[in-house]
Amino acid sequence: MSPPLLGVEGGGRGNAPLMSSSASVDCISQSGSGLKERNYLGLSDCSSVGSSAVSNVSGENKNNLNLNATELRLGLPGSRSPERDSDFNLLTSGKLDEKQLFPLLPSMDGICSLSQKSIVSGNKRGFSDTVDGFSEIKNSVFTDGKWMFNANGSDSGTPQSVVEAKLAGNAGINVMLSNNSSGTQPSMKKEVPTRAPQEGHNKLNGSNNNSSAPAAKAQVVGWPPIRSFRKNTLATTSKNNDEVDGKPGPGALFVKVSMDGAPYLRKVDLRTYSTYQELSSALEKMFMCFTIRQCGSQEAPGREMLGENKFKDLLHGSDYVLTFEDKDGDWMLVGDVPWEMFIESCKRLKIMKGSDAIGLAPRAMEKSKNQS
Amino acid sequence: MINYFPEEVLWHVFSFLTSHPDRNAASLVCKSWYNVERFSRGKVFIGNCYAISPERMISRFPRVRSLTLKGKPHFADFNLIPQDWGGNVYPWIVAMAKGSTNLEELRLKRMVVSDESLELLAKSFPNFKSLVLVSCEGFTTDGLAAIASNCRFLRELDLQENEVEDRRGQWLSCFPDSCTSLSSLNFACLKGEVNVAALERLVARCRNLKSLRLNHAVPPDALQKILAQAPQLVDLGADSFVHDPESETYNKLKNVMQKCSSIRSLSGFLDVNARCLPSIYPICINLTSLNLSYAPGIYSKELVKLIHKCKKLQRLWILDTIGDKGLGVVASTCKELQELRVFPSDLHVVGNVAVTEEGLVAISAGCPNLNSLLYFCQQMTNAALITVAKNCPNFIRFRLCTLNPTIPDAVTMQPLDEGFGAIVQSCKGLKRLSVSGLLTDQVFLYIGMYAEQLEMLSIAFAGDSDKGMLYVLNGCKKLKKLEIRDSPFGNMALLADTGKYETMRSLWMSSCGVTFGGCKTLAEKMPRLNVEIINEGDEMEGRPDDRQKVEKMYLYRTLVGPRKDAPDFVWTL
Repeated sequence: MSPPLLGVEGGGRGNAPLMSSSASVDCISQSGSGLKERNYLGLSDCSSVGSSAVSNVSGENKNNLNLNATELRLGLPGSRSPERDSDFNLLTSGKLDEKQLFPLLPSMDGICSLSQKSIVSGNKRGFSDTVDGFSEIKNSVFTDGKWMFNANGSDSGTPQSVVEAKLAGNAGINVMLSNNSSGTQPSMKKEVPTRAPQEGHNKLNGSNNNSSAPAAKAQVVGWPPIRSFRKNTLATTSKNNDEVDGKPGPGALFVKVSMDGAPYLRKVDLRTYSTYQELSSALEKMFMCFTIRQCGSQEAPGREMLGENKFKDLLHGSDYVLTFEDKDGDWMLVGDVPWEMFIESCKRLKIMKGSDAIGLAPRAMEKSKNQS
Repeated sequence: MINYFPEEVLWHVFSFLTSHPDRNAASLVCKSWYNVERFSRGKVFIGNCYAISPERMISRFPRVRSLTLKGKPHFADFNLIPQDWGGNVYPWIVAMAKGSTNLEELRLKRMVVSDESLELLAKSFPNFKSLVLVSCEGFTTDGLAAIASNCRFLRELDLQENEVEDRRGQWLSCFPDSCTSLSSLNFACLKGEVNVAALERLVARCRNLKSLRLNHAVPPDALQKILAQAPQLVDLGADSFVHDPESETYNKLKNVMQKCSSIRSLSGFLDVNARCLPSIYPICINLTSLNLSYAPGIYSKELVKLIHKCKKLQRLWILDTIGDKGLGVVASTCKELQELRVFPSDLHVVGNVAVTEEGLVAISAGCPNLNSLLYFCQQMTNAALITVAKNCPNFIRFRLCTLNPTIPDAVTMQPLDEGFGAIVQSCKGLKRLSVSGLLTDQVFLYIGMYAEQLEMLSIAFAGDSDKGMLYVLNGCKKLKKLEIRDSPFGNMALLADTGKYETMRSLWMSSCGVTFGGCKTLAEKMPRLNVEIINEGDEMEGRPDDRQKVEKMYLYRTLVGPRKDAPDFVWTL
């Protein structure tokens, strides 16, 4: 089965010839019928993004990465703006040597884990370690750009296109699912957006949504097969939890983490940690790559250990400190207050250079006294 | 010689026949057996409410006391069936009321139940004892009020995952003071407020109350008071749990829980602060059933701590936030586990964890008694499935759902044919199977060859050609329900063995390759099948072309011809 790439676009940037390169190359407009190829690797791999860049071929040629705009958030189907799409496009076609193949949202279990596993060993492993539960890439077998969707060789599509390919044999069917969705659109359309959040795991759902294509068209109605009652109940709960005043709800507690000098931010769920140590280690792993040049190599474990130590030195040395912004908008040093209190008041995190952090500590102590 | 047995003897013998397949078989032996059986059958199960009419059911089974009805096809759960498709229970209740049936129990699944039906039900059957509604819709709390007010001997009111409109009518207060017979009350699916004081009084006077599942509107301090009144509870569901571990309520709850040593089954926790979970630790050791699939607020760590205490668990429903590691803990703790369901968690609460094939393998290794599985996972491998098949040959229900419906083996990128093949080969008692992931015709060859006991098969985005479906239809002799979506099976497969469908309850095919012409042909050939096309939108206007593909087809065997309540968009061919 040949890799879907038609050629390395934009010249051989970096050392990652295959997967990481331009999503655009392989993405043929989704709205056309027939076989489509999609690049699900690289940053476009949370394919919700990648194939969103489907028709945005122009992106591949731009070199300047508008990385600040690429907030790493998994776009929900139909919810992303056009400029976001092009941003991601830029990203994917951008500097490959810096490419970390970071999944868009490391805490998005499904997408990331999948993308982790499908990342070619030839590329930097990047964030695999930050994803809980996937301490190493066990399956770095995909050395030649096999995509999960591409397995049957015909096309690397979503179920839609897979189905199309299969059905093409049977009868001259065109875009069957568009028939489906158009047929069901009147009743289904309004359901689609509400379902989208719950089906975020499903790459399919996320993947094909263009702002240009109607959201319903690319949705797989009724997949994953969960009763609407269940979906609705959980959706309402999480909404309520987010709105709980004062105390954070029992749900996830995502906060942005930025680091001076890093090209983009990350998000962590504070609920998955119960001590400062855990948070610190996780952040180290996440951001270590930014502090080390050219950490792309095959023997990642060894490298990382080296990297980790180096980073730890950096962090615990005078170079970097971890700070957070609290509810009042003040920047405080992390670690002064009990963990529970910290997660209740933390709105975002920032890894600052030590020199910038002078003067924070005293304020933190005062604040915590006032806040109890 | 058997024919000369006096009927009394047959009666006595038949009274030991409880399962309806057994009774069905007995009734086919000869006329006298048929007659004895039909007069002695008290529990009637009708898997498809359109297979028979209420009147015929009553005339065959005049002594029916308990009726179970199922309405919409299974895929209705996933929004594949439009509103107003049908499945209304009203005609059944009318017929039974007219026929003076001594109805005591009514169990409905995926049916439309109006308030009118409930009112008629409540007033027509003086001995009515048990109402169980699962995934139904169409009624409001007014209907429940009618039940509460009129059913003097009500023992069981069990509402599971229904869409109920809240009318704020204080339905709970409608239980008269004389009602002391309740043994099971489940209103967890109701969204609205209830009269908590009335609830407390009701619980206090129903000394036989064994199962109680409350909705979110019952606050924690009421929960604590209720539990104090009902330490005999065996099954508890509480959606609104304590938030503050420092509070007085929490302390009271902790104390009360310690006395509830009969609780074996726990569910709810929709709204909970995980730090308050220690209050239920004392009962964990006795739990055999735990449903935390609606508890997104309990994180993996706390989940694991909780499960670690539940050594006797036989049934566990959980969210995938538990992660592979958490499943490892389940595997090492819950040695008696028989049923596991892992549901995908909502996007908002997703952490860094998910479940993959690893979690499943761990479970299979640790829980050899596992016989029922529903597993939503990010990925799967053939190797894992083969291992699972080896470890757990006792599966009766095996439902695997990869969140990406066509994902191949995560390691080899091959289709998952071999994995599922191993499952069907090893699990000789498999009755229900749902497959997902990248699958070719090969998996259906395996299913046809090995799944001899299979009764229900769900297929989505699978197969390459008509051969796949044919393998199944030819091979699975006991197949009752087949539901297929988005798979390349067409007329050839549909029409190859039309007689097969009369041996089955129903066939659903959507987004497949069958055409209008094919369906028509089938309908013409088989008058005892209803071949229904669901036509939404403008796909088929007027006279559709025979070559046009049918989006949704549902066919089922029936003794009563095309149904009269089909809406406009359902065409019976």
